[in-house]
Amino acid sequence: MRVLVCVKRVPAPGARIALTPDRQEIDTKNLGFATSPHEECAVEEAVQLVSDHGGSSTVLTMGARESEEQLRYAVSVGIDAAVLIPTDGSDLDPQATARGLVAGITVLEERDGRFDVILFGNESADSGGYQVGVRVARSLGRPIVSGIKDIELADDELIAKREIPSGFEVYRLELPAVLAVREGLNLPRYPTLPGRLKSRKAEVASVDVVPEVGGQHKVSFESPPEQESQTVKLGEGVDAVPAIVEVLETLGIK
Amino acid sequence: MTSALVLLDHDRGALSDTALQAVAFAGSLGFDLEPVLIGDGAESLVPELGGLGVSKVHVIGHELLTDFAPEAWGDSLAQLVVVSGAKVAITTGTDRGNEVMAHLGAILDQPMVANVTKADPGAPWKLSRIRWGGSLFEHVELEAPFQLLTVAPHSWEALEPDSSPAPAVEHFEPTLDETAARTRVVDRVTLNAGITLATAPVVVSGGRGVGSAEGFAPLEELASMLGGVVGCSRVVTNNGWRPHTDQVGQTGTRIAPELYIACGISGAIQHWVGAMASKKILAINTDPEANMMSKADYAVVGDLHEVVPALIKALK
Repeated sequence: MRVLVCVKRVPAPGARIALTPDRQEIDTKNLGFATSPHEECAVEEAVQLVSDHGGSSTVLTMGARESEEQLRYAVSVGIDAAVLIPTDGSDLDPQATARGLVAGITVLEERDGRFDVILFGNESADSGGYQVGVRVARSLGRPIVSGIKDIELADDELIAKREIPSGFEVYRLELPAVLAVREGLNLPRYPTLPGRLKSRKAEVASVDVVPEVGGQHKVSFESPPEQESQTVKLGEGVDAVPAIVEVLETLGIK
Repeated sequence: MTSALVLLDHDRGALSDTALQAVAFAGSLGFDLEPVLIGDGAESLVPELGGLGVSKVHVIGHELLTDFAPEAWGDSLAQLVVVSGAKVAITTGTDRGNEVMAHLGAILDQPMVANVTKADPGAPWKLSRIRWGGSLFEHVELEAPFQLLTVAPHSWEALEPDSSPAPAVEHFEPTLDETAARTRVVDRVTLNAGITLATAPVVVSGGRGVGSAEGFAPLEELASMLGGVVGCSRVVTNNGWRPHTDQVGQTGTRIAPELYIACGISGAIQHWVGAMASKKILAINTDPEANMMSKADYAVVGDLHEVVPALIKALK
């Protein structure tokens, strides 16, 4: 089977996000970069699907040349082939991203055959548009379910589970299918030393796509105001326990 | 007046907590609101919708709309958009809301703006939305004949229904075939029938400072004494100490309990955005400079391994 996973290079999650003075961009000079967390799990799932069922895995991204770093990381944990759709690195809206990916996927499928499974992250860590996977699947005429945290392949069918507050919903999708997955799907492995060496030498293929624009235009960014810090210090160590009990009583919890 | 369709997110007749937040947001824009309910169990909600200032509710029914079905819900909504002539469609930024609205955007080939906090309808529409789970705002302009958006959960106070007469029901049966219903819930697995992380009034959460899976035992005990559940940070799930279902944060669960007790959690941005809607936060940490300590309402400088057992003892 052929598995494709689409990823995005984002500033490493958890860092404080600073803006450039004109508030047009995120100030990246002190930031490391990573693959969006949901997509790290998508990469791991692609590696596992191919190791369990045979075939090959491909990682695809659309972005600046620097995105090669994330493609090579995917290769270092077991993905077979890496493809970049190069852009000038400027912010693309979800429609533009989806159109670019569809054009790229079409080229790859015409050349090497259809992907049986295409995996996306549920939403990117940075822009969080919640829609690129859906747009791509719709364009390709393939089924998609989002928010997936468990995948099983049985014959020509994917059994996918989505977490809901009370448990899981179960979906059955015929191949070819697309899934947008969430962190918690698996625990992504770390690269091995041979994996790293292989990824350094790996060829990153390029697919050129004519850029398009969507209807959502970024005007500027804004950092939320710092919350007024009015922390009540309840004390140190176990001496603070009576004060905690008092707080619980005041809040009506106990 | 221009009308706006507002899709009410529900699960088999149980309205999502944030569904009426989206109605409040949509109402603030000055449109004629037309709520939409899809699928089995939807019509039973109509009597609960009095006092929202709406005169009619669209109820979409079809034999294939038995349970949640993202593609079929998107198709149904797209057909209603065409029939009703609405140019605006709004729903809540929950998993389902974002998913269905993404389908609508794809079907109509229109932009869809997720997790909006403010909107100024005009030409063009000016919107503010959240990025990074809420730690950054993005101001955008929308150039499109249709405005499709979801409302960031907890960014608006929900509209409260009252005992006023329920709105009139307008039934709509879309044209659907098996292809549209191919992504449909075919089964459900119930794991926890009781309170969950998303709905618990109290969440006792642990981070790196807990140190091990076993270290969560006192947090479990405290949570059950307070009628709450245990949560955790991303480093905890990455270490395999707790299942991912317990994770609070941008890539886990967003919570809004009455009280959040953060034990040994530094409060990295991606964790903070999952916890920031909590009404009150109590932080217990050895590091008084930790981000969570300065953002909390109450702070205790100390080792959670001493403070939590002492608190349990005091509460007994």
